[in-house]
Amino acid sequence: MSGVRVLVGTRKGAFVLSSDGKREQWDVSGPHFGGWEIYHVKGSPANPDRLFASQSNGWFGQLIQRSDDGGRTWEPVGNKFSYDGDPGTHQWYDGTPHPWEFARVWHLEPSLDDPDTVYAGVEDAGLFRSADGGQTWQELPGLRGHDSGPSWQPGAGGMCLHTIILDPGEPGRMFAAISAAGAFRSDDAGQTWRPVNRGLHSEGIPDEDAEVGHCVHRIAQHPARPEVLYMQKHWDVMRSDDSGESWHEVSGNLPTDFGFPIDVHAHEPDTVYVVPITSDSLHFPPDGKLRVYRSRTGGDDWEALTKGLPQENCYVNVLRDAMAVDSLDSCGIYFGTTGGQVYASADAGDSWEPIVRDLPAVLSVEAQTLP
Amino acid sequence: MIRVVLPAHLRVLAHVDGEVELAVAGQVTQRAVLDALEARYPVLCGTIRDYDSGRRRAFLRFFACEQDLSHEPPDEPLPEAVAAGAEPYLIVGAMAGG
Repeated sequence: MSGVRVLVGTRKGAFVLSSDGKREQWDVSGPHFGGWEIYHVKGSPANPDRLFASQSNGWFGQLIQRSDDGGRTWEPVGNKFSYDGDPGTHQWYDGTPHPWEFARVWHLEPSLDDPDTVYAGVEDAGLFRSADGGQTWQELPGLRGHDSGPSWQPGAGGMCLHTIILDPGEPGRMFAAISAAGAFRSDDAGQTWRPVNRGLHSEGIPDEDAEVGHCVHRIAQHPARPEVLYMQKHWDVMRSDDSGESWHEVSGNLPTDFGFPIDVHAHEPDTVYVVPITSDSLHFPPDGKLRVYRSRTGGDDWEALTKGLPQENCYVNVLRDAMAVDSLDSCGIYFGTTGGQVYASADAGDSWEPIVRDLPAVLSVEAQTLP
Repeated sequence: MIRVVLPAHLRVLAHVDGEVELAVAGQVTQRAVLDALEARYPVLCGTIRDYDSGRRRAFLRFFACEQDLSHEPPDEPLPEAVAAGAEPYLIVGAMAGG
């Protein structure tokens, strides 16, 4: 019988939540790497038992852990992330030049077809690649070295490369997103990059329609229709129908279009999920009600999903990497909160149940559908 | 043998309990001790000293013989009591909550 493994990164360790295809009873293992910040855990599509985890803290820096048995055992692999050449400077919060400094790995994106190849998005923003299962890492410097690089500036959480999408429809095409520089696309497997932010409009930067400088929070893509991208920006939910060449707003009737995660139903490319958050200064749900919003029309028309979610006195946040979908029928949706809950819906969002309620603050959630 | 006391997280990473004992050839300096420690436990590379600069990570301190050696030059000899194994070399993480 098929099953699901939900990989959860938290402020104090990683957790692996497992269930059969019914998704009613869950086994919880962890904490793995207790006491460490686990920004992201993700499995290889080519070998689901191979997992990569980003382990870091302020005292001891960055480690990468790898499992080859679905998270039962782990071994540390390479943790040397050295920028290619002299990385120069980017803008600091006050606009002054600031040296590029490695802080941590935010996101790990395993190759679609090679279990030994994995990409890492890091803070300060850069893209690294390993072709030996994480033992060694080399920067793909074309992104950080883009002409606009010295003008990039951090968002409040740091200048992080948080989203990596490997396009299944176009070999060599990749997308990356950086807070607060924006979205970038490569058509040559990461060697060269260009900004793809036309149509984004952001208050708080000198030129509101600038080529770079937008605080993109997350981008999602459906593999069956890879030219369509959905974006949760700092403010605004956006859509592109041409692989990022242009964007238009699809916030529609959302109660607020600020938020962090966005994801797409595994079988319905027009069904999109977001979690509206009150504002950039109030990082909790409007009115103390935790509501996932679903659009079945590719945006603009949104419905609130509330069954099983707290509808009073709820002031958690849902971070950008903390939502995922499985590919069972019907599609399962998962998200984690800064309050330590991981919610699951086995019916595409119609109803929700907490798998766990009391984990440390959740940083990331990934779902693996197992044979 | 040089005795080294690691903070808890690094003991877990290195799979050691209690103190680590290291043989250090030549002059016993902070650099020599840390080089020997990383050679024995490669998983600790990058966790105590920055890979590129070789500098002590900001939230760590180095103590021995009731002295703070964190800002001493890395190639200065360590106290004789450390070199003789009578006193340990302590790698200490800054105290913090959360």
